Amino acid sequence: MIENADAAKVFLEVAYLLAALSFVFGLKMMSHPKTARQGNAVAAAGMGIAILATIVFLLLEGLMPITNLGLIIAGLGIGSIAGTWAARKVPMTAMPQMVSLFNGMGGACVALISLVEVYHFHPETWDLYAYLEYGSILLGTLIGSISFSGSIIAWGKLEGKISDKWARIKGINLLNALLLLVTLSYGFYIWLNGDLDFVKVVIFFALAVLYGITFVLPIGGADMPVVISLLNSFTGTAAAFAGFAYDNMAMIIGGILVGSAGTLLTILMTRAMNRSLMNVLLGAIVGGGAKSAEEGEKNIKEVTPQDAGIMLAYANKVIFVPGYGLAVAQAQHALHELEKLLEERGVEVKYAIHPVAGRMPGHMNVLLAEADVPYDKLLELEQANQEFPTTDVVVIIGANDVVNPAAEQDPSSPIYGMPILQAYKAKNVIVIKRSMRPGYAGIDNPLFYMDNTRMLFADAKKAIEEIIKAIQEL
Amino acid sequence: MNVWIEFFLSNLDMIYIVILALFLGVEVISAVPTILHTPLMSGANAIHGVVIIGSIIALALAPEDNYLLLGLGFAAVVLGTLNVVGGFVVTDRMLEMFKEKKKQ
Repeated sequence: MIENADAAKVFLEVAYLLAALSFVFGLKMMSHPKTARQGNAVAAAGMGIAILATIVFLLLEGLMPITNLGLIIAGLGIGSIAGTWAARKVPMTAMPQMVSLFNGMGGACVALISLVEVYHFHPETWDLYAYLEYGSILLGTLIGSISFSGSIIAWGKLEGKISDKWARIKGINLLNALLLLVTLSYGFYIWLNGDLDFVKVVIFFALAVLYGITFVLPIGGADMPVVISLLNSFTGTAAAFAGFAYDNMAMIIGGILVGSAGTLLTILMTRAMNRSLMNVLLGAIVGGGAKSAEEGEKNIKEVTPQDAGIMLAYANKVIFVPGYGLAVAQAQHALHELEKLLEERGVEVKYAIHPVAGRMPGHMNVLLAEADVPYDKLLELEQANQEFPTTDVVVIIGANDVVNPAAEQDPSSPIYGMPILQAYKAKNVIVIKRSMRPGYAGIDNPLFYMDNTRMLFADAKKAIEEIIKAIQEL
Repeated sequence: MNVWIEFFLSNLDMIYIVILALFLGVEVISAVPTILHTPLMSGANAIHGVVIIGSIIALALAPEDNYLLLGLGFAAVVLGTLNVVGGFVVTDRMLEMFKEKKKQ
């Protein structure tokens, strides 16, 4: 015969077990295109079960005053409505910053519940367990706070609200290292003394929030995807520490899974840019191409949409290279129209997708999928580079750094070594761009000055629509 | 030293769980194609929203007259819910586009 309380506990733990399993299976399914969407639903269902079971358990145990239940339901309601609204309203182009914002919310949540736990935490003796638990609480506070403020800054950078000028401040990395050292030493001091003074922990929290800001500020906007991925794994790790503090298996497993998967994802992203994580975090890429700008007069050749249309209509093979400019102009549908029009005329059309095109790996694929472009037309980096030499016209739409030959030819370039789409090997290159302003990384692009390159200065959508019109009138 | 030995022996289960979960996280997404990087990050982002459980517990256990804890707990529940619900909805929206195309 088991006690009622035991039954409730069994019910809770079974629910957590289901949730943990759903996270594992959900992540696994999310890494295959066919099952990805169901994977997300599986993980969401597991989360729902865990939330519901927690509330039911607290009720069964009689641990929760009715006002608190009301507050919980109100909080869940407000969060659900606001979250759904924000997630549905955001345009596809702004997805990365939305993810960053949600990640920041999660980080803040960990930091807050860790603060609450400090309040409840009164060990009878300061033995090893007490120290470890307090350590978990403080680490949850630290990492959660960094993730919170860092994510908000990353959001601001992608929204263009925060400039990259901070990276140019001399010695900012040293200042940051000092701030981190101060924050860590202070936390260590509180921890070693077993000091549970709420105000002191709040100061620690504030230091961590400050460090999160200064940590992300000097990193170049072009590297934000990597930063978001890193902060995502931070929040996971923080969640795991909070899980230890709350002795909660679902939080521990969910947190560790995201912490380790997120770290791998971050490494995969930096690898796609042929850089190390340290290089991304410390060596901000901003306007390093000063040298190439001094190389004197360079000529560019412009092209009208009409001429571009003729070039495309009489080509045998055309490759589109989409970049962030395409996303900003929402030109993916128009581009798909152009693709269909050219195919009707017997032109072979493909898309070359750089792993880090847009603002996040896979960003371009999502956008093109939205416009119903079939997958088999999308070439990955290596395939595309094999096909460029036999391509008549490459059309670069709002991409810049990912086709910059300086990455291969100029050892002094800050992006030297990054694998690029070798569009310069094609017979003709048309670059659709709004102006000669350098790309997101602020580096000049020698491709624009090459003999076989033509520039079309216009908004991507407008330019493509005009090209379509020109071809239709042929 | 004895304290550590005792800790190690009495927490072996947890130590195994942590190490295996670390490897599982890496293993489970190691074969992911580039096109799914963004949705996968977004999905993982929603999963760490599991901290919402902690926030529910924190708010549930807050004394009715302690407005500081009630406030912190309430804020944590709202933030956690935003992370979870927003995260899953955004991920679903991204993945919706990968569905099989209808023949026209």
